[in-house]
Amino acid sequence: MKKANKIRTGTIRRILTLLRPDWFLLFLALLLGALSSLLLLLIPLFTGDAIDAIVGKGNVDWQVVKQNAIRIGICVLVTALSQWAMNALNNRLVFGIVYRLRLQAFETLQSLPVSYHDSHATGETVSRMMTDADQFGEGLLMAFQQFFTGIITIIGTLIIMLTIRPSIAAVVILMTPLSLIAAALIASRTFALFKRQSEVRAEQTAMIDEYVGNHKVVVAFGQEEEAQKSFDEINTRLGKCSLRAVFFSSTTNPTTRFVNNLVYAGVALTGALLCIPTGGVATFTVGKLTAFLSYANQYTKPFNEISGVLAEMQNSLACASRVFELLDEAPVSPDPPGAKSPEQIRGQITFSDVSFSYTPGQKLIENLNLQVLPGQKIAIVGPTGCGKTTLINLLMRFYDVNAGSIALDGTDIRDLKRSGLRAGFGMVLQETWLRRATVRENICMGKPDATEEEVVAAAKAVHADSFIRQLPNGYETVLGEDGGSLSLGQKQLLCIARVMLAPPPMLILDEATSSIDTRMELKIQSAFAKLMEGRTSFVVAHRLSTIESADVILVMKDGNIIEQGNHETLLRSGGFYTHLYNSQFETAQAEV
Amino acid sequence: MGNSMKKLLPYLKSYTKETVLAPAFKLLEAGFDLSVPIVVQKIIDVGIANGDTGYIRRMILLLAVFALTGLASALTAQYFAARAATGFATNLRSALFRKIQAFSYTQTDRVGTATLITRMTSDVNQVQSGINLTLRLLLRSPIIVLGAMIMAFTVDVRGALVFVVTVPLLAVAVFTILLVCIPLYRRVQSDMDRVTSLTRENLTGVRVIRAFRKEREETVRFDKANREHRRSQLLVGKISALMNPLTLILVDGGLIALLLSGAVRVEAGGMTTGAVVALTNYMAQILVELVKLANTVFSVNKALACADRLEEVLDLPTGMPQHSDDTAPDSGFSIAFRGVGFTYAGNAAPSLSDLDFSVSPGETVGIIGSTGSGKTTLINLIPRFYDVTSGQVLVNGKDVRASDPEKLRQKIAVVPQKAVLFKGTVRSNLLWGNENATDDELWDALSIAQAKEFVAQKDGGLDALVEQNGRNFSGGQRQRLTIARALVRKPEILILDDSASALDYATEAELRNAIRKLPYRPTVLIVSQRTASIRHADQILVLEEGRIVGIGSHAELLKTCPVYREIYTSQFRKGGDPA
Repeated sequence: MKKANKIRTGTIRRILTLLRPDWFLLFLALLLGALSSLLLLLIPLFTGDAIDAIVGKGNVDWQVVKQNAIRIGICVLVTALSQWAMNALNNRLVFGIVYRLRLQAFETLQSLPVSYHDSHATGETVSRMMTDADQFGEGLLMAFQQFFTGIITIIGTLIIMLTIRPSIAAVVILMTPLSLIAAALIASRTFALFKRQSEVRAEQTAMIDEYVGNHKVVVAFGQEEEAQKSFDEINTRLGKCSLRAVFFSSTTNPTTRFVNNLVYAGVALTGALLCIPTGGVATFTVGKLTAFLSYANQYTKPFNEISGVLAEMQNSLACASRVFELLDEAPVSPDPPGAKSPEQIRGQITFSDVSFSYTPGQKLIENLNLQVLPGQKIAIVGPTGCGKTTLINLLMRFYDVNAGSIALDGTDIRDLKRSGLRAGFGMVLQETWLRRATVRENICMGKPDATEEEVVAAAKAVHADSFIRQLPNGYETVLGEDGGSLSLGQKQLLCIARVMLAPPPMLILDEATSSIDTRMELKIQSAFAKLMEGRTSFVVAHRLSTIESADVILVMKDGNIIEQGNHETLLRSGGFYTHLYNSQFETAQAEV
Repeated sequence: MGNSMKKLLPYLKSYTKETVLAPAFKLLEAGFDLSVPIVVQKIIDVGIANGDTGYIRRMILLLAVFALTGLASALTAQYFAARAATGFATNLRSALFRKIQAFSYTQTDRVGTATLITRMTSDVNQVQSGINLTLRLLLRSPIIVLGAMIMAFTVDVRGALVFVVTVPLLAVAVFTILLVCIPLYRRVQSDMDRVTSLTRENLTGVRVIRAFRKEREETVRFDKANREHRRSQLLVGKISALMNPLTLILVDGGLIALLLSGAVRVEAGGMTTGAVVALTNYMAQILVELVKLANTVFSVNKALACADRLEEVLDLPTGMPQHSDDTAPDSGFSIAFRGVGFTYAGNAAPSLSDLDFSVSPGETVGIIGSTGSGKTTLINLIPRFYDVTSGQVLVNGKDVRASDPEKLRQKIAVVPQKAVLFKGTVRSNLLWGNENATDDELWDALSIAQAKEFVAQKDGGLDALVEQNGRNFSGGQRQRLTIARALVRKPEILILDDSASALDYATEAELRNAIRKLPYRPTVLIVSQRTASIRHADQILVLEEGRIVGIGSHAELLKTCPVYREIYTSQFRKGGDPA
């Protein structure tokens, strides 16, 4: 509990820091808010005075009526202006903060280590950046607009009522807790009901996700009715939970209004009785009673609002703390001072006693030693989970080694600028990534100023030109999210073209052709061969045919290199590689 | 409202009683609210004027009774509104799910999963709260405004003329602002979508972005969208911020007019002070209700936009047309394609053209070809997941379009490319194949699918839990379980769509051998990219850009079909021809 409080005060302090650059705007907004609430409170007072001047036939004090009418007019105009200005200021403030927060979050995401992205679901991070930031902003806006003005209104009303008539004011003050207690009781009950509703809703969403996402399988097995049955079961439960939650939460308003009406009646009673002359002199006037009644009417409204805002602010604080959590994630260690980008990369890579694991205690790569000469083609093979992709993560410094070192042309890669190191590698991964942009922009990623001829040449080299030309706008076709309607193989071809266009001195091909069929692979092999010529290349593949021509084949198993050599020597040694290589033919022959 | 809800209203039908009673009780409450100023007027003009404390007490008691009955009718109204709204949402969700279940593959392709999920969850929620609000407030607020006006007339006709000017002006002001803001709000929403999608894109491409050192460029792209979003927000904010000040000016302008004209009338003896007070009270009530009304209209409008999106789904045609069978029974074959062509909806180029082949019962057919050559499309035509665009597909001599899809699919079991399991147990997943299968039959199927061993090792065996999408099983295990699920059906036609890709060569060979020994001898279609998987089939179809470029046995095709030879050698370059 204490800890939660500490986090909360921490969050509030953070929010205040966020507001600091705009302190003047905030101050102005609060001032305008106070001004408009106070002026608004004066209107019933002036109305009451005017009414007191309208006593009966032939008994109207025109001077007073006119004077008060003018007062009301001025109050209204000033209030209206300051309300509008306050709202505009608040919007500027809040939308500005949310904007800055999102930008900061996005920048943070760019600087976070890849391990963060590997261990956090995309949807979750997106929801922090979008939904949480939004909710925080909304809460902040409500706080500025309603919380502060609400408090001013309550205090102002109390003061005015007390000055007009302390005894009637006492009636109002005594009845106030009734409203608060009722609201609090309902709120606590509703919270539990809403939580239950969210739980059932989450269950239902998961089911929709599963069954709608795999609808084709449901159809193929004719399970539509069964699916409907289990859906309806959850759906009925959700319906019941919703009914309770929706009903209970909607009782707040009538209940507080009821209390409000009682207060109103109480004021009317005491006020009216005071208006009747006792001993010849009335101690209260009809005009004052009218003013009082309208105060009593207004008085409980801010209470309702504030209780609503308080609930909203709890949520808003929780959301803010989630966004801050993201901002506070430790970024990658900065490049050491004086780090340089490698100038002339020859492509000699040395692994010395490298150890690495993703989770401490779970050994993966241990004491790995490897010497790669400039221009060599290194193929990495082995069963899934043996650490092939890990090597690439280390080369690109997506992850850093736990012990030992990796050196490029004799310099520890940790002493190089990350950007410079990465510029030295051209990378194609199994998981294709295309941006929501034109085909051309996607191919040009590595060389934004490429000419038309260069782009087409790169596309032709990977045999992508023909399908690109069949797209609605050829090279200018805007691809949808994640490549839109392109097939997996086509997407992979585009990713390869991207590297072909501006090949860096070293290459990393991680299952780069896994979704391309073998015939197409043969067709683009000459392009690949030309690409790799003179470039240090690391190739991960499960098709052994693409690997045979490598200078060095690393056979990995459980994080260790268990065999090393070229195709012939490895086959001759009759080890694990021989077993892997022959398995495809053996089974084929066994069946004959 | 109008058209937007027409399609959805039937789902409210089973809640007709609630739908009528909720606003009725709300109106009752409004009636009590409207009577309060009159009572206060009586207190002033009769009670105070005559010094009648008894009268005042009675009137106050009346106010308390009004408050209590007001509470009771408000609670009743809220209850009925909540019942109607949540009941409506429940019906609607069920109907949407049913609709989606009835989608054909073509519709599933067109609509997309993500949007269906949003529609079934957040859109339905929006409509639910829209209905709830409508039942509670949309009637109440205009009635109070109108009622306050009418009451004002009963208090004093000439004094009430002020209302005749003020209220329409107010209505015009409020709704002009609304009308301007609603399209702007949609802009804000779509700007927000853009920011979200850029964030998603960035997150999924971390490695590539870093490899290409595009972090700065990405941030600039994001900032542009983020800025755009803020700009739309500010624009809408500026306009909607006019609402409160404008209503304030109008209402209090009316108040001043009331006071001045009231003063004149009272002085002339045509009106009482109490009447002036009552009129000012009604003016205040109108202000409160109009602001509420504006907020309600805002939410209802949002709900209507969502209702439109839901209607789109419900309006989609489902199912497939039933054709009469005008072909002569072409018996003797299990499957036959006659001049089949197929084009996906929305595509210009055909995915399959001029397919002609026949398969005898019990035969094994291999289908091979490069990515995008139409292999999966071809097999999807057999259980009539899609309808041909030209030609005919015959199963057991009957045009598939003439048979009931459900009965047709009973005979066929498909193992799709993507190995999908559903939340439940191993047993519940396998029973999809045939709900009456015995445990022995399940184990048999598992054994053929090479899955017996790992299922037996799992805690609970057949009752081992399967998580959503089967994520607690490895890719290879999932694939074998989906094969077992198909085998439980003991189908006449078994279709394996590249469904052994995650299995190693040895396991795959054992699987093929086991399938060949099945006692009920199904017709088997195997789609694969590996020649090893299909070389022993009775006949092999070689597809290239949606056409058959070779039919025959492995040995024949090696001689006659250059495409097949090319595929084969690309995979067996060094191994030579072992046959």
